[in-house]
Amino acid sequence: MAKVIKLRKGLDINLKGKAADTIGGPVGADEFALVPDTFPGLKPKVVVKEGDAVMAGDALFVDKLHPEVKFVSPVSGTVSLVERGERRKLLSVRVKADGRNSSREFDVKGDVKALLLESGLFGFFRSRPYDVTANPEDKPKAIFVSAFNSMPLSQNFEVALKGNEQAFQAGLSALAKLAPVHLGVNVKQNSPALTVAKDCTVTFYDGAAPAGNVGVQINHTSPINKGEVVWTLGAEEVIFVGRLMLTGKVDLTRTIALAGAEVKAPQYYTALVGTPIKAIVKGRLNASDDQRIINGNVMTGFKTSEEEFLAAHATEVNVIPEGAHADELLGWIMPRFKEFSTSRSYFSWLMGKKKEYNLDARIKGGERHMIMSGEYDRVFPMDIYAGYLVKAILAGDIDRQEALGIYEVAPEDFAIAEFVDSSKLELQRIVREGLDTLRKENA
Amino acid sequence: MKALRNFFDNLKAKTGEGGKLHAFRSLIDGFETFAFVPNDTARRGGVNIHDAIDSKRIMSLVVVALMPAMLFGMYNIGYQNALAAGQLETATFWGMFFYGFLALLPKIIVSYVVGLGIEFTVAQWKGEEIHEGFLVSGILIPLIVPVTLPLWMLALATAFSVILAKEIFGGTGMNIFNPALITRAFLFFSYPSFMSGDNSVWVSNGPICGLGYEAAADALTGATPLGLTSAAGFQGFDCSLIHDAVIGLIPGSVGETSVIAILIGAVILLYTGVASWKTMFSVFAGGALTGLLMQWAGLTHIQWYEHLVVGGFAFGAVFMATDPVTSARTECGKYVFGLLIGFVAVTVRVLNPGYPEGMMLAILLMNLFAPLIDYCFVQKNISMRAKRATKK
Repeated sequence: MAKVIKLRKGLDINLKGKAADTIGGPVGADEFALVPDTFPGLKPKVVVKEGDAVMAGDALFVDKLHPEVKFVSPVSGTVSLVERGERRKLLSVRVKADGRNSSREFDVKGDVKALLLESGLFGFFRSRPYDVTANPEDKPKAIFVSAFNSMPLSQNFEVALKGNEQAFQAGLSALAKLAPVHLGVNVKQNSPALTVAKDCTVTFYDGAAPAGNVGVQINHTSPINKGEVVWTLGAEEVIFVGRLMLTGKVDLTRTIALAGAEVKAPQYYTALVGTPIKAIVKGRLNASDDQRIINGNVMTGFKTSEEEFLAAHATEVNVIPEGAHADELLGWIMPRFKEFSTSRSYFSWLMGKKKEYNLDARIKGGERHMIMSGEYDRVFPMDIYAGYLVKAILAGDIDRQEALGIYEVAPEDFAIAEFVDSSKLELQRIVREGLDTLRKENA
Repeated sequence: MKALRNFFDNLKAKTGEGGKLHAFRSLIDGFETFAFVPNDTARRGGVNIHDAIDSKRIMSLVVVALMPAMLFGMYNIGYQNALAAGQLETATFWGMFFYGFLALLPKIIVSYVVGLGIEFTVAQWKGEEIHEGFLVSGILIPLIVPVTLPLWMLALATAFSVILAKEIFGGTGMNIFNPALITRAFLFFSYPSFMSGDNSVWVSNGPICGLGYEAAADALTGATPLGLTSAAGFQGFDCSLIHDAVIGLIPGSVGETSVIAILIGAVILLYTGVASWKTMFSVFAGGALTGLLMQWAGLTHIQWYEHLVVGGFAFGAVFMATDPVTSARTECGKYVFGLLIGFVAVTVRVLNPGYPEGMMLAILLMNLFAPLIDYCFVQKNISMRAKRATKK
């Protein structure tokens, strides 16, 4: 029996609108886009021109610092737009689909790393420290994959895994040729493809969110020391690798969860990376003009418009009420039965864990200095003083950040802490900026 | 509700740069956020949902938790007045309560007007939102001073502590010392004759608005039990006095006398999780253990449990030591912080004949050491990480 790690810290937030375990079919669209900003830490360089014909698996842009890391088109068609913003910053590269789905054929016999780089799948790898797109020159001590997501309204990976078991195992076996692979599995998951996966070390986790965060799993099995590098890959991205290994073609099809209180019938849809949000949500949301569509998860994703495209790493699209005109009276003293809180000054702790909440996007308070102590630690299941680390980042004290363990964390690890914070500090943004500064300093 | 919303929307329209009410934008924002939960929604790049808890709710809860002690303090002011005048038989419950209410109200008003006035000005000056910290300090201050303290002294001390103990450090959350205790310490060292038990400072004398009684000057003994026993060489208390101290019918600072009222507050704070039980419990444990040790060593006749119920010990343990900003922030540090407060408070009481009360000094001293305590525990985590990196 593999090792079981029980996490006592954390918080499960029970939100309304969880996706049913059914797949509503594929989401089609005319135009797809790859957005470089959704690959953290990437400096892109475009390698196509508008009007070029591409196949699925052909590079659209590459990493300027490591041109061998390619980012490829999910479909075949013609490049319809190279969108640039201020100071010619690359915003997106769009491809008009030709409907033929022709893919470039790769030879899968040779070196795995070279194959992953050429096929664009290496671009999905992220590395810690810094939680950025991985650098192929690094020698990682391990590759970590979390097979579950514990955040509210997130994708249930077992739904995505169904029918892809063989590809998942092929992906794990390919990764094992690069570095030792660790697979984190939830004790409630029972698909044999996970529990008895081969060519990797399976570790079981039992606990509340953020137990599914790969960072938490790294901290409990093989914490990152200064100078070490760990690569991480999303579980669904392992399936991408497996498909390439089995067929020689790049197939970036995800099974995304369309979930949240503003979705009519929350369930799963299959969609390519870079699918327009509009195609995913159209006709599937409640009639309301007070909605927030989130590209990715409600805890870690970003507010998006229908005109944008599914982010590279997003495994779900969440839609919740915005609440910008809620006008709630005297919040500081009213009982507010509909609100969820970890504080017992509200009554949600009396309602039991089964009650589902419909939370809107309001911050529900003003930003303050850090006042309460221990708030973060209760939901931060790592051997790290989260509050002190955040203070070190705010103070710009790099030595102290290192000493307190910044190399082990990613912004997403602070998501639950940011949710419970009574001082309403933007922890994920603070940590992201801290990591970016540190990366620049250490470059 | 709609009317109120429109009212604030109209006001806010004038608070922009160059607007008529620009000079009051922090104030208007402060009142608006008290009337309505802010409608601002999460920005891009963070969590999209938030817990309903905020700093306003937390501070309001502490004020609610202070209410039993404050209300009992009002009653006790009237009770002590009637007792000194020998009129206990004729005095009514409501008569005594309203007497105390009228005696305390000006102090609460002065404390809030001065403190909030400074906070509003600073917030406006720095272009920040108003921080709620003084909501708590403003009610704590009148509760930890004698009822007879002149209002101008209270105003001066409040201004001193808000500016020098809090705002110069950057406001609520950045201060080193508990602002309410700094107010008391300022008064204690600047105007000792108005703050200590040798004269009649603890009992309000003379009628207010027709309520209350005039007592003969020599009838005003009015020293606190701690002051008395200190003057008498610490011979200990008799049983009925301890009984009165638990209920709270003894002279003392307004809010500190009733252990029962304070414990009701403690239950509210612990139940809602606003105060750390680790800190609170450790202060009592530290005080009890030290009292016991002193008894064994033969240094005092005061029973260990008596220390916990007389003077400001319980009030300090429940409302002052647990201030999250100035107490230790690491979970293990909270035990050490609390134990040391209890230890220092009882040590000062027993071994220093000059100060019958040690709680204020103990908490202020430990406020100073709290970062050091935390440093030790954080350093342990840091060296664990450093060791891990070199081990291989």
